[in-house]
Amino acid sequence: MGSASRPASAKDRMPEDPEVNQNRFGTGVGNNTQRRLGNVNDQSKCACSCGCITAEDPRFAELKSYIDSLKHEQGITMPVLQEAQRAFGYLPLEVQKFISENTGVPLAEIYGVATFYSQFAIEPKGRHHVGVCMGTACYVKGSQNVLDKLVEELKVKVGCTTSDGRFTLEATRCLGCCGLAPCIMIDDDVFGKLDDVSRIPDILGKYE
Amino acid sequence: MMTMVDLKGLKAKAVEAMESEGTLRVVVGMATCGQSAGARRVMDTLKKDVAELGLDNVKVAVTGCVGMCTYEPILEVLEPGKKKVTYIRMDPEKTARVVKEHLQGGKPVLDYTVGHDHAGNLKNLEDLQFYAKQERIVLRNCGAIDPENIHEYIARDGYAALRKSLLEMTPQTVIEEMKKSGLRGRGGAGFPTGLKWSFAAPNKADQKYIICNADEGDPGAFMDRSVLEGDPHAVLEAMAIGGYAIGASKGYIYVRAEYPVAVERLKIAIGQAQEMGLLGRNIFGSDFSFDVEIRLGAGAFVCGEETALIASIEGKRGMSRNKPPFPANKGLWGKPTIINNVETLANVAQIILKGADWFRSFGTEKSPGTKVFALGGKINNTGLVEVPMGITLREVIYDIGSGCPHGKAFKAVQTGGPSGGCITSADLDTPIDFDNLVAIGSMMGSGGMIVMDEDNCMVDIARFFLDFTVDESCGKCTPCREGTKRMLEILDRIVAGEGTMQDLENLEDLAENIRLTSLCALGQTAPNPVMSTMKHFRDEYLAHVQDKKCPAGVCKALLGYVITADCKGCTKCKRVCPVEAITGEVKQMHVIDQALCIRCGACFNVCSFNAIARN
Repeated sequence: MGSASRPASAKDRMPEDPEVNQNRFGTGVGNNTQRRLGNVNDQSKCACSCGCITAEDPRFAELKSYIDSLKHEQGITMPVLQEAQRAFGYLPLEVQKFISENTGVPLAEIYGVATFYSQFAIEPKGRHHVGVCMGTACYVKGSQNVLDKLVEELKVKVGCTTSDGRFTLEATRCLGCCGLAPCIMIDDDVFGKLDDVSRIPDILGKYE
Repeated sequence: MMTMVDLKGLKAKAVEAMESEGTLRVVVGMATCGQSAGARRVMDTLKKDVAELGLDNVKVAVTGCVGMCTYEPILEVLEPGKKKVTYIRMDPEKTARVVKEHLQGGKPVLDYTVGHDHAGNLKNLEDLQFYAKQERIVLRNCGAIDPENIHEYIARDGYAALRKSLLEMTPQTVIEEMKKSGLRGRGGAGFPTGLKWSFAAPNKADQKYIICNADEGDPGAFMDRSVLEGDPHAVLEAMAIGGYAIGASKGYIYVRAEYPVAVERLKIAIGQAQEMGLLGRNIFGSDFSFDVEIRLGAGAFVCGEETALIASIEGKRGMSRNKPPFPANKGLWGKPTIINNVETLANVAQIILKGADWFRSFGTEKSPGTKVFALGGKINNTGLVEVPMGITLREVIYDIGSGCPHGKAFKAVQTGGPSGGCITSADLDTPIDFDNLVAIGSMMGSGGMIVMDEDNCMVDIARFFLDFTVDESCGKCTPCREGTKRMLEILDRIVAGEGTMQDLENLEDLAENIRLTSLCALGQTAPNPVMSTMKHFRDEYLAHVQDKKCPAGVCKALLGYVITADCKGCTKCKRVCPVEAITGEVKQMHVIDQALCIRCGACFNVCSFNAIARN
């Protein structure tokens, strides 16, 4: 089999996974998470100058008005998380906390939903999203070779982001373009019939 | 408010707009697959050139997928009283020529059409063998109408079935008609739709719901996407009819977020229907009110299971629960709820309009009607086909799909996705229906049909599906969460050449336990791909375990490469080897050092003399 197998989805990762601890809950709260939460509470600017999200971020106000517009609806957790992910690009803890406070849904439940569905991300993503279709039609036509080639070209594991923040590589579910198998999707563009993987470096070159 | 008379008038007007004398109607297939193949650029050129040349009689429209993926982007020219002209594999340059020579000059550009017969008559898509055995009920409007224009749907009898239901039928007679038609759920299990509706109808509740399941998760199946992108109103109309039958005033469409085009067209369709009073309060002046809301999935295969789907709409993790209570009694927010799949719903309006007997004239006694299949994998004509039930697999794969490309031998066809199984050439003459497919160890599923040839390793395919299920298991029940993981570990060992005969036995044991004890259909059917490949391709499993060989040459750990006497000493392989495992002088036979070889296959791919053997 190829060197890159599909990653366990977020819902499979248990808190004992060190990667999860560092960035989210668990014993690692003392570092990154605590500092970010502190930012939300004392309304200061990003103290770590890493560009993380602060409480004054205008997107919070937009999210608040979106939540208010759904007040009379039932079951709004998913639409709100989708809107938040659209606005912030991912769902950091401070955003989840904000949603919890404004919807009355417990943070544990928000976190549970955000980690269950594969489209929600808790960590920031690269500038471009590279999704390799792992649907059956693509798989029987060699999408594993395509994925292996991308792992080699981008020098990242599946599910991870390149160190320069340019690409996030993912194995995605069926893109429904089975006539173009094997295919990949970079942002919103589909590239099909990639039987010849040597085309891949050129395709990646179009994205800065 | 829309009345009966209004609808008739609207239809007449819409037909006139589409088919008036002297107008050329030009449509471009703009479903997701068409767009990825470049349909957007074709459309841009078409619009620009038509405007520049001032061709006022040309009406340009977007349309859905006609099903012939290999020919995308497709552009068609329709002229009243004349045969439709189909242009295939279009690009901006070809489009510019068509605009000039055909739309302006009146002469079709033969080079880009699908050809002509002996008498020189131009052929179009419908003349192709691909369409000869197809019967279009569900896809009747896909590729024919503009999905973003409600008038074109009305022109083809759109909303007439809803009008008939509300004004001429009672909820009971609607259900009776559906029962009589024998329509079975197209989402996979094939439960009779009319019967399902009749469970929810008598329940007393202040609110009931009807949900359209558009969470098409099966890898390799895209018919629901195609219907939503090509004919969204058919789904809305059917939901309203279903709502009337069971007494629901609210509908939800739960659609995958991976289908942005479908979501957009649904939004447009709902807006148009509301504006014209075809959704909303007192439809057609009756006391029936109905509205529809879209909810997006977020990438969880298990949400195709109805109780998990309900949990997801409620804003929870999409985990299934025990049944009973069935959703028809206690569903969304504890209220009676009916869930129907997109393709199922796309049949409803036609059944109400033309009657159960008409519907029963297609298909078989126990599975009436048609089924849409997404034909993919190692097949010449990939695409979406709608065939009457009872057709044989051989007809679909050879007559419609025209067999495996590059002269390779057919090995198996996989139906039913991660819940289904593989069917070998021995069963190709089985007539397709719900019960027959189960009898030969597979299932209908949502309609993915993936063809595999001699180059596909069946152990690897089983591993692929298990990998998918492990990833998509919701984690609630132990047999599915842990059991599938253990099965995957065993398969990983086998493809790595570390499998034992005990492993094969354990696989079968685990499979049986998971099938019997899992909570929902995802777990209960998860072992199917393994079971069916072990049954039909046991020799391949044995080759992996006993001989440490992969007969199809897929499992890299089991491959070995040797250079044969055909070697001319061209040094090509030596230069391409990434680990310098190949030695030899120019014009002398080369040798691969098996201890260094990483079995990447680079030498095999590059050799011009077929002098490298894989074993």
